[in-house]
Amino acid sequence: MIEFTLWDIVRNLLLAARWTIVLSLIAFVGGASLGLLFTVLRLSGNRLLKVMIGVYVDVFQGTPLLMQLFLAYFGAAALGFNVSAWAAASVALTLFTSAFLCDIWRGCLEAVPRGQWHASRVLGMDYLQTMRHVILPQALRLSVPPTVGFSVQVVKGTALASVIGFVELTKAGTMLNNATFAPFTIFALVALIYFALCYPLSRYSRYLERRLYDAGMR
Amino acid sequence: MTLVCVKDLHKSFGDLEVLKGVDLDVAPGEVVAIIGRSGSGKSTLLRCLNQLEQHDGGNIEIAGQRLDAEAMAPSELSRNVGMVFQSFNLFPHKTVGENVMLAPVVVRGVNKQEASRVAREVLDKVGMLEKFDAYPAQLSGGQQQRVAIARALAMKPKVLLCDEVTSALDPELVGEVLLVLEALAEEGMTLILVTHEMKFAHDVADRVVFMHHGRIHEQGDPKTLFNHPRTPELRQFISAVR
Amino acid sequence: MGLTLDFLALSPYVGELARGLVTTVVLTVVTTLSGLMLAIVVAYLRVHAATWVRRILGGYVELTRNTPFIVQLFFIFFGLPALGIKIDAITAAFLAMTLNLAAYTAEILRAGIEATGRGQLEAARTLGMSKFQSYRHVVLVPAFARIYPALTSQCIIVMLGSAVVSQISVFDLTYAANFIQSRNFRSFEAYLLVTLVYLLLAVGMRQLFLLVGRRLFAFRQGGQA
Ligand SMILES: Nc1ncnc2c1ncn2[C@@H]1O[C@H](COP(=O)(O)OP(=O)(O)OP(=O)(O)O)[C@@H](O)[C@H]1O
Ligand SMILES: [Mg+2]
Repeated sequence: MIEFTLWDIVRNLLLAARWTIVLSLIAFVGGASLGLLFTVLRLSGNRLLKVMIGVYVDVFQGTPLLMQLFLAYFGAAALGFNVSAWAAASVALTLFTSAFLCDIWRGCLEAVPRGQWHASRVLGMDYLQTMRHVILPQALRLSVPPTVGFSVQVVKGTALASVIGFVELTKAGTMLNNATFAPFTIFALVALIYFALCYPLSRYSRYLERRLYDAGMR
Repeated sequence: MTLVCVKDLHKSFGDLEVLKGVDLDVAPGEVVAIIGRSGSGKSTLLRCLNQLEQHDGGNIEIAGQRLDAEAMAPSELSRNVGMVFQSFNLFPHKTVGENVMLAPVVVRGVNKQEASRVAREVLDKVGMLEKFDAYPAQLSGGQQQRVAIARALAMKPKVLLCDEVTSALDPELVGEVLLVLEALAEEGMTLILVTHEMKFAHDVADRVVFMHHGRIHEQGDPKTLFNHPRTPELRQFISAVR
Repeated sequence: MGLTLDFLALSPYVGELARGLVTTVVLTVVTTLSGLMLAIVVAYLRVHAATWVRRILGGYVELTRNTPFIVQLFFIFFGLPALGIKIDAITAAFLAMTLNLAAYTAEILRAGIEATGRGQLEAARTLGMSKFQSYRHVVLVPAFARIYPALTSQCIIVMLGSAVVSQISVFDLTYAANFIQSRNFRSFEAYLLVTLVYLLLAVGMRQLFLLVGRRLFAFRQGGQA
C-alpha cells in the first residue's frame, strides 16, 4: 500500500476541487442562460408556455437532485446514448439550476410593487416599455443577492455528481478514504474546501442583500 | 406614606440628558397625571419606574423596594408595577383569556383554574368578558386596550403605569378606555398616567404633574393647575392644547 | 428511439419499494421534529447565551450551510467511528439530517425572532416574564408564523436531500431504486418511478404543512379558537 502524507491528501483534494469549480461554472452559466430563456418565455404571455414552465420548475424543485442525476445518466443509456458522467452531471445540474433561478427571478419580478405598473400605465407606457424601463431594472437589482446566494446551492449540488462516478472533490474524498482509511481527516478537509468555496459567496450574497435593504429603506 | 418615591432621578441617552433630576412621591390610591410637551421626558420617567430603562442617577423606591442600577428580576418587579402601553402590545397568538392568564400562570405559578377565575374577574371589570375566546386581531383598538388593562390588573400590581393609552385610538374609541381608567381610580387603584387628554386629567386625577425639559416644572391639584398656572411654560402649554 | 419502458418489470419489487418509502417517510418525520426542536434551542442560545457559545453555534450554522449534505453525512458516518464513536447507518442519517435542518431552520427562525416588535418584549417584561419565558410564550409562535413558508420549503428540501442517505446503505426510497436496478437492469423505470414518488411526497408535505399551519396560526386570520 502506498503511504499518503497529509500533503498528498490535501494536494489530491485540491486538484479534484478544480473539477468541482468547473462543473459549478458549467451548471451556473448554463442554468442561468436556460433560466433566463424560461423567464422570458414565461413573460411572453403564452398561457401554455407559462403552465409548462411552471410544471418544469415544480418538478425540479420537488424531486431529489440525486434522482435527476440518475435519470440523466441512466435515462440517456436507456435511450441508447452512452453518456459520460461529465455530460450527465452537466446536463442535470444545468436543468436543476435553471429551474431554481427561473423561480427566483419570477419572485423578483413579482416583488416590484403593482403600483409601478399602474404608474407607468398612467404615463402612457405600453407593456414592453414598462417592462424595459421600469420593472426590469428594479427586478434586476432585487435579483442579484438571491442569485449569488443560489450559487452556493450549485456548488454544493455538484457534490452529488460523485454518486454517478464523476471525480470531483467529494468523489476524490471517498477514493482517498478507501486508500488511506483516515476518514476523519479526509472528510474534514473536504468539508473545509467546500466551505472555502461557498462561504465567501454566502457572505457576498448577504452583503448585497444588506446593501439593497439599506438602499431601499433609508 | 408613599408608595412610589422618586428622588433626583437622572437619565441620559448618550449625550442627551432626558431626565435632569426628577422628584416625585405618589401615595397609595393616588391618581397622578403627567402632562408636558413631546420630548419632555414623560415616557422616559415611566419607563424608569419599571426598569424598561435603567436610570443613571438618583433613587427610585416602590413599595419600600429600592430599584438599583442592578436590574431587579422582572418577576419581582411585576409584583409592584404594572404597565399599559400606547400600542396595546397584546400577544397576537393568544386569545383574550390566554393573554390575561399567561403571566399569572408562567410567572406566578398560579394554577389554571384560579388564573381563569381572576382573568374573568378583571375582564368583567373592563367589560370584555364576552370576548374571552377572541383573538386580538378580532378586536377594535379600544377593546384591545381594555384587554391590555385587564392583563396588567391580573398581576395585581400596587401601581399601574399608563403611557398615552388612548393616543393610538380612533377618537370615538377613546371614551370607553377612559371610563375604565376612571372606574379603576374610583376603586382606589394607584395610577400614574401620561396623557394628552386634558379633560380626563382635570376630572379624574388627584394631582397633575407638568414636565418640561426633563424636570417637573409645576405640579398641583388639577383645578388650581389648569385654572391658575404659575409658570409661563405651563400657561403656554395649556393654551396650545386647548 | 430505443426507449421502451417496462414498469411491470418493477412489480416483483413492490416490497422493497414499500420498505424504502417507509424509511424515507419515517426519517423525514422524525428529523423534521428533532430538527425543529434543536433549531428552537440554537436560535435562543444564539441570542442569549454567553459569547463563546454564540460563536460556536454561529460556526456550526455557517459550516452546515456552506458544505454539501453528502459530505456532512460521510463525515458523521465514516469520520466519527474513527474517533471511537460507533454509529450505524440509520443513526448517522438521522443525525446528519437533524443537524442539517436545525442549522438552516435556526437561521430562518432568527429572522422571524428579530422581527418581533419591541413592544411585545416590553409587555412580556412588565408582566414579569424572564427572557426564556418571553421567548417561549411570546416570541416563538408569532416568529414561526412569520417564517412558516420558508420553513415548509426547508423541510421539503431536507426530505428530498435524504435521497443521499442511500449512499451509506440506508434502505430508503433511493436505495430501493438502486437495489432494483442492480437486479433487473431496468434502471430508468426504477428511477422514474421513485422520482415520481418523491414528487408526490413533496406535494403531500406542502399540503400537510399548509393544513397544519392554518390550524396552528389561526390567530393571524382572526379565526376562531
Ligand atoms: N431609547 C432612546 N434612545 C435615544 N433617545 C431616546 C430614547 N428614548 C427616548 N429618547 C429621547 O428622549 C427624549 C424624551 O423622550 P420621551 O419619550 O421620554 O418623551 P415624551 O415626553 O414621552 O414625549 P412624547 O409626548 O412624544 O411621547 C426625546 O428627545 C427622545 O428622542
Ligand atoms: Mg411618550
